[in-house]
Amino acid sequence: MNHTAQHAAHHTAHAVRRLAVAEARLFLREPLTAFFGLAFPVVLFLVLGSVPALRKTSPGMHGMSTIQLYAPILAVFTLLLLGLNGLPSLLAAYRERGVLRRMSASPVRPALLFGALLPLYLAVAVVSVLLVVVAGPLLGVALPRQPLGFLLAFLLAAAALLSIGLLLAAVVPSAKAGNAVGALAFFPMMFFSGIWLPREFMPALLNRIGDFTPSGAAVQTLQDAWAGHFPHAVGLLTLAAYAVLAGAAAARLFRWE
Amino acid sequence: MAVIEVAGLSKAYGRRQVLEGVSFGVERGEVFGLLGPNGAGKTTAVECCEGLRRADTGTVRVLGLDPVKDAHRLRPRIGIQLQQAQLQGALRVGEALELYAALYPNPRDWRELLDEWGLADQRRTPFDKLSGGQRQRLFIALALIGNPEVAFLDELTTALDPQGRRDTWELIRRIRDDGVTVVLVSHFMDEVEALCDRAAVLDGGRIVATGTPAELIARSGTGGTLGFRPTAPLDTARLAALPGVTGVEERDGRVEVSGVGDFADEVTGLLAREGIVVTGLRIREHSLDDAYLALTRHDS
Repeated sequence: MNHTAQHAAHHTAHAVRRLAVAEARLFLREPLTAFFGLAFPVVLFLVLGSVPALRKTSPGMHGMSTIQLYAPILAVFTLLLLGLNGLPSLLAAYRERGVLRRMSASPVRPALLFGALLPLYLAVAVVSVLLVVVAGPLLGVALPRQPLGFLLAFLLAAAALLSIGLLLAAVVPSAKAGNAVGALAFFPMMFFSGIWLPREFMPALLNRIGDFTPSGAAVQTLQDAWAGHFPHAVGLLTLAAYAVLAGAAAARLFRWE
Repeated sequence: MAVIEVAGLSKAYGRRQVLEGVSFGVERGEVFGLLGPNGAGKTTAVECCEGLRRADTGTVRVLGLDPVKDAHRLRPRIGIQLQQAQLQGALRVGEALELYAALYPNPRDWRELLDEWGLADQRRTPFDKLSGGQRQRLFIALALIGNPEVAFLDELTTALDPQGRRDTWELIRRIRDDGVTVVLVSHFMDEVEALCDRAAVLDGGRIVATGTPAELIARSGTGGTLGFRPTAPLDTARLAALPGVTGVEERDGRVEVSGVGDFADEVTGLLAREGIVVTGLRIREHSLDDAYLALTRHDS
């Protein structure tokens, strides 16, 4: 790397850092989003876990308790919230207001904004998952027994759901549409994550369909890793495929103005 | 040395031709105005210079660079104020300046700009809570934060009150005194007259005139009017016959003579020779406003 290129790379890194700091402040200034993204999963986890019946293991659920089933679902919740509610409405609003256009008039590419937002959202999701994981032992939910598999599944789930968020942000025409489309995708994905009816209780066909949805695959792979198995390759590949396809489509379709 | 050279620039949006064979040049250190009615293509022309739009045909060089192909080398050296843009609603003024300073390789001290543009009291105010004038000043400050050699300012005083406009003009002069070349898009003639060393008038996607404000007024063929109340009878036909006089009107004992060039000297000379004393003498020189209307008038 020659001197100029080194300088440019250093400058880009500096710009991304400042962007990430600014976006982090803006994220925290939305108290509702910040609460739901960071704390809601662990709060719901503790509330559900305080019900003794939900902590009881049952042979019908392969010797697991209901709260054990909920742990990976709540780990995925923040990713769904950020990917489907957060990114599309945020980026569509930025486009509508001309924030992206203003940035594109500066020396940096507006794509650097992704370089700031995605790590930020990933960090928020990591915090929320860590809170659920460390709260687990209080409720009789052990730490994930297959940490490497857990990490891999979580990163792939994050890549898949945030890429889908980017794709939605790329195609929605306005901030209003961003909210609507985000919500439209959010509820079925919530359903397949099992938040209302854990996947174990779903009819076999629905469960099978769920395996190939981003949220279903995310919950299943995390659950496997939690229980100590390395996640099934089909689940991991499903997540990877969503990440690559949605990411590539978003990159092709994204409009800055 | 020319800082901006535009030659034969054409641009169409779909089937709508927005610019047709536009050519102009901007010299280093001058304040150059691009003026014209709404839809004349001013913003498109300036966006082609900024590299935000690609010209269909023609060449554009800014600081010797192609604004689109060499964007990565040009952008750090220019500052852009966009006509319609907003920042993140909850982003505070100080944070916005600090953030944009980080996007440039050789930025100015953003605290200095905060003071210079009268935003020190708004440092912690979120963008959405700013008044129109404060937003405008913030955007001008953002255009200057990278220490630009050329600053493009698009309709910069639109949201400002009269005092704010005068203050902004003073700051634009200071920018120019610092050696920054300024390209000003405007439809306010008083602004162009007060600030610009030279200007180009765009109309219907074509340049209809280029020159100093004084040259534009002269070229438009509009001169001025001389009005007075003669104390003795006066033959208006003799006034009309004077060189440079283009029209004479008499109403209720008041005479209005319009003309170009030295017509006023001719009129006062005639009055002196005839020994006619006049009262209520008023001279109005045509402004750039009149010139602009004459240059962009459509005979349809």
